[in-house]
Amino acid sequence: MTATSHPLSAAVDNAPVELVARHLPWPLLVLLATAFGVLPWLGNDYWLNAILIPFLVLSLAGLGLNLLTGYTGQTSVGAAGFMAVGAFATYSLLLRVPGLPLPLALLGGGLIAAAVGFLFGIPSSRIKGFYLMVTTLAAQFFLEWVFTKFPWFYNYSSSGTISAPRLELFGYSLASPVGRYLLVLSTVVLLTWVAVNLVRSQVGRNWMAIRDMDTAAAVIGIPVDRYKRLAFAVSSFYLGVAGALWAFAYLGTASAGSFDINRSFQILFIIIIGGMGSIAGNFVGAAFISLLPIFLNQAGQWLFGGHVDAGQLQNLQKIIFGALIITFLIKEPEGLIRLLDNLRERLRVWPLRF
Amino acid sequence: MTFFLETLIGGLLAGTLYSLVAIGFVLIYKASGVFNFAQGAMLLFAALTFVSLQEQGVPFVLALLLTSVVMAIGALIIERAVLRPLVNRSQITLFMATLGLSFIIEGLAQGLMGAQVRALDLGIDDVPLFFGEIMVSQFDLVAAATAALLVIVLALLFNHTRIGVSLRAVADDTRAALSIGINLNRIWQIVWAVAGVVGLVAGLLWGARQGVQFSLSLVVLKALPVLIIGGFTSIGGAIVGGLIVGAAENLAEAYIGPLIGGGITPWFAYFLALIFLYIRPAGLFGERTIERV
Amino acid sequence: MSSVPSIEAILEVRDISLSFKGVKAISGLSFDVRRGEICALIGPNGAGKSSLLNILNGVYRPDSGEVVFETEHFRRIHPLEAARRGIGRTFQNNALFKKMGVLDNLLTGLSRHMRSHFFEQAFGLPRARREAQQFREQAEGILEFLELQPWREVAVGNLAYGLQKRVELGRALIAGPRLLLLDEPMAGMNAEEKHEMSRFIADVNRDLGTTVVLIEHDIGVVMGLSDHVVVLDYGRKVGDGTPAEVQVNPEVIAAYLGTRH
Repeated sequence: MTATSHPLSAAVDNAPVELVARHLPWPLLVLLATAFGVLPWLGNDYWLNAILIPFLVLSLAGLGLNLLTGYTGQTSVGAAGFMAVGAFATYSLLLRVPGLPLPLALLGGGLIAAAVGFLFGIPSSRIKGFYLMVTTLAAQFFLEWVFTKFPWFYNYSSSGTISAPRLELFGYSLASPVGRYLLVLSTVVLLTWVAVNLVRSQVGRNWMAIRDMDTAAAVIGIPVDRYKRLAFAVSSFYLGVAGALWAFAYLGTASAGSFDINRSFQILFIIIIGGMGSIAGNFVGAAFISLLPIFLNQAGQWLFGGHVDAGQLQNLQKIIFGALIITFLIKEPEGLIRLLDNLRERLRVWPLRF
Repeated sequence: MTFFLETLIGGLLAGTLYSLVAIGFVLIYKASGVFNFAQGAMLLFAALTFVSLQEQGVPFVLALLLTSVVMAIGALIIERAVLRPLVNRSQITLFMATLGLSFIIEGLAQGLMGAQVRALDLGIDDVPLFFGEIMVSQFDLVAAATAALLVIVLALLFNHTRIGVSLRAVADDTRAALSIGINLNRIWQIVWAVAGVVGLVAGLLWGARQGVQFSLSLVVLKALPVLIIGGFTSIGGAIVGGLIVGAAENLAEAYIGPLIGGGITPWFAYFLALIFLYIRPAGLFGERTIERV
Repeated sequence: MSSVPSIEAILEVRDISLSFKGVKAISGLSFDVRRGEICALIGPNGAGKSSLLNILNGVYRPDSGEVVFETEHFRRIHPLEAARRGIGRTFQNNALFKKMGVLDNLLTGLSRHMRSHFFEQAFGLPRARREAQQFREQAEGILEFLELQPWREVAVGNLAYGLQKRVELGRALIAGPRLLLLDEPMAGMNAEEKHEMSRFIADVNRDLGTTVVLIEHDIGVVMGLSDHVVVLDYGRKVGDGTPAEVQVNPEVIAAYLGTRH
């Protein structure tokens, strides 16, 4: 990275009019090549199933919530409710529309979630802050209730659960761990690209303007209410797709209980720990959230030789999560991504320090 | 008609318990501007501590005292470790911090005192009393009376003691209060401790009803709509809001529930709150702020 | 300094009154602002100056009276509509988007000129890219004009107060307003910064023909910069005329100038 491609430093006086870079930086290319080309053949089923797939889906969900909370400043504690809409809608589409290709079913599920998100975003024109947060809690509980109470949504199955009727694309089955991994990875990459476009565009700037000061945003001509609703819809689209992938590519079988308020908190923690208002932060936060339990588990096994009580481990995990949230809020409100950025910056100038 | 009245009265009495939880919120919000999501966890922690002490053979009054002391110590730690470093940060940040706090307290409570359901006997018989044709639960009556008593004690505390006056000064204008030498950190410690004791009372009443268990911490979710309806800054509002939510929830479950599949209590209160919000965006008793630019 | 002002009024304030919870902030205020002039509102704190600006761009609604902007009559205009009609505004205590960089803050000012749709931006389609390029060039122009290039990517919250004021001016300016409302654009600045800011405002007025209504406390700056001065005291108008006229108006001296010196 040379100084001209990095206009962050105030010293660069007359940087050329440089627009959004159209080329990908090489570390990202390497990362993508590894994710698509190497990991599917290298990773065993456990890695794909238990680590990579949930990590990617949680990143996507974090991305969805981050667009609403981190970029537009509308705090939501109902993320999982919209994930449930996506999951149940995709299920219905696959079940009830014969021959509908999987990508279209996912798209449809996302769009239906977006519509529901839009509806729950309507009060945002009158209600702000905590009071608006209550709207999202209402959405959470109401949606959970809907998907429990009305058997139509889970096709009258006695267990109240849904499972994907078929995971295939152009005749190829995606049911294997590698297939599901590639499905999730492609979706996440595509939607991340769109999100990057959005946050760098005028739409994204309008969102951030509303986040930073909504009265001023209105005065300079940003239609604040419309953009808030748009943020709700777009965020819910992402969450909806993430919900469908969570249900069918990760869990296999899901119910309304898979999308309870604890899932909402989990997504919220991802963006707090990873970094509010950062795209990459979602991936860092999701990695952290999905790896920490595994790490704790291993550490527990190693320390206590397998005699550790699962319940106690869970309590410990809760305490650690809680402490981390508070620590981040106090020490690094911009999340892990800021820590990583600082580290990278330090490495960049490192040879010059001596 | 009898059914209607029974449902209404049952709802109102249950509502006093909501009010009790909401009052803990209002106290903290008024004094420190923190929307304390950990109130539910505090309630669970208090009830669990109390039950554990009782199980060790500690007499009722002593257990009550010891638990109060534990809650006060907890308040000191919270003020020092969480609130003080986050002073002057946005309200949403503080809210998220209390979300983290609730995880810590829940983890501690269950880790130290176990996750199984514990029975709690306060020595109040739960027998139906009849007023004419209307049946009322005796337990509910006692619980409501306790809640009322607690509110009176709090009102006396805040209106007739130095601490109360300082607290109201802080709530009114933090900067002015600081400039006349009120120790803000001390006020926060006291308020969080008082909220802890209020949580203890609420936790005991709820716990005697449904057993002391994890779901106690979820009453925080019940209190939210109460706060919306009553406003975040008014104790009177918390009481009225609790009664409205309790009554409306009971009536809705009895009359609307059967029409749409039942089990609507988890969200009905929220919808009620939303309707209130739409009409009065700062709650029934909340103060409307003029936005200054 | 004053270009030959046309007789036409771009803005007429007609008998405006405003009160907060029964306390009168403005009572029966009327005056005209001519197209192309710099009009200064002066008066002690609490005279109702900021409240008047808030009425002009729709943040407050007056109790009575009306505002005529160009040919449009209104009592309450939505802030959005005011922006759309070409009324730009800066605030007394800066209302910038603090976590965003200088460039991004300027670009937000172009929102009302945005033509590309959501999907075009989401997928980076040609029209959205062209528009982004064009916006960027416009923003570069403002950066250059206000000498803000060194801070292009710096988050506004980290800038010195004087620079923030300049960014806010730029954000209002980039949308090409016909009327610019500046609430204490030089508050908290040292003499040199004030001089610089005066120069920017005069340049905007002269080069772009933008009509400016500004609130300022520094009488020296006001007298040098403006074509027209309106003096407010307790929400009433006590003086209205050229700087020279106002300076010798006994009522003004009593109400304002006299109390300051």
